[in-house]
Amino acid sequence: MMTKSFSTNMKLADLISANYHLILILPRLGISLGFEDKSVEEVCRNNHVDPELFILVCNIYSFNNYIPDNKEITSININQLVSYLLASHQYYIQERIPHIEQHLHHIANRVEPKYGTILKKFFDDYKNEVFNHFKYEEEIVFPYLKKLCESNKYQSYRIEEFSQNHSNIEDKLGDLTQIIYKYLPGNILPEESIELVFDVMELSSDLNKHTLIEEKILTPYIETLERSVK
Amino acid sequence: MNQTYHTLIVEPSAIITTGLTKILGDIPHFRKISTLSDINYLQEKLLTSPQLLIINPTLVVGTQRTILSNYLQTHPKAVCIALVYQYTEPSTLSFYHNIIDIRENPSKIISLIQQALSVQREEATAMDSYELSQRETDVLIQVAKGLSSKEIADALNISIHTVNTHRKNITQKTGIKSVAGLAVYAMLHNLVEKV
Repeated sequence: MMTKSFSTNMKLADLISANYHLILILPRLGISLGFEDKSVEEVCRNNHVDPELFILVCNIYSFNNYIPDNKEITSININQLVSYLLASHQYYIQERIPHIEQHLHHIANRVEPKYGTILKKFFDDYKNEVFNHFKYEEEIVFPYLKKLCESNKYQSYRIEEFSQNHSNIEDKLGDLTQIIYKYLPGNILPEESIELVFDVMELSSDLNKHTLIEEKILTPYIETLERSVK
Repeated sequence: MNQTYHTLIVEPSAIITTGLTKILGDIPHFRKISTLSDINYLQEKLLTSPQLLIINPTLVVGTQRTILSNYLQTHPKAVCIALVYQYTEPSTLSFYHNIIDIRENPSKIISLIQQALSVQREEATAMDSYELSQRETDVLIQVAKGLSSKEIADALNISIHTVNTHRKNITQKTGIKSVAGLAVYAMLHNLVEKV
């Protein structure tokens, strides 16, 4: 029987054994490796990270049905959550997307030119969509949150706009994997294609968690703030 | 119909079997014909996976009926035709795809068989095929060109509801959800020149 959620007194190494994807969270919060057998609480304190935030992110990452209660959400260090989200954006933009793009181009250059062109265009459009998505969060949502935290003054923007326009940025990645393994000629760089499918699926799954963290922590946190300034 | 149908005739009368074989033998797709006069060997004979069965329904009773109906269930593309030369209960005939009276003339017999084969092929295709139908392909092309469901409905002269059903089926069959992804699919299948 799987435990329903993680807690801060558990060993960090045990959490990662239970869900290896959690290792991605560490650099985004500035937690270095080599944490031996310390508890989440201890490792977080040593790295000046809010343990409640860390465990909340881990729980959302690992348990799809996990819905935090309002107390869990409002007690976190919100600045660290924003840093976490920004670091995730950087990870996607600087590392994962270029890596995938490079391999996709390599494959696209080996198929018939007109197919290669459309494949590249598909990914370019996707990339722009994701960049704009992140840009909106960084230029509108995060500064809005900052203003709300700094002063109790009413702002014209409402987080509702964000929730409504929070588009799904994983669908196209799913489509991309289907196109690669089902519809491209099978004899073109099969090993690289399989690796690419894996990388794209990992990115898609991580982006999905990223969206969940925004929907389950960031948005309700801001909604609570909005209610208090009314 | 360019394929050859592996045909099995199950009929005790040598005269009828020979006559039917002769009639079918004139048509190239039916050249691969085997015959069975003793229904007790049906199960063994079915191991050769005939696609077309022509059977005297009076033989198909008890266990043989179960064997035959299992075969038809596990081979959705197989066609089973009753060969009757006397009055037969309509209820016994219910699981046959068509009925041939031995008094029919040869061309009528051929056309009854071909009719059953083509209906069955369409049904089997609709049931387990992941290929897009002609109409779905038409809709896909319009989607790839960037038209909205409303515009597609107008262009193809069908209701918007029908367009949405086609779109849902297209996504289900291809596994592709986004318009951009469907455009790539259409390009890769040479359905559109460029998007």
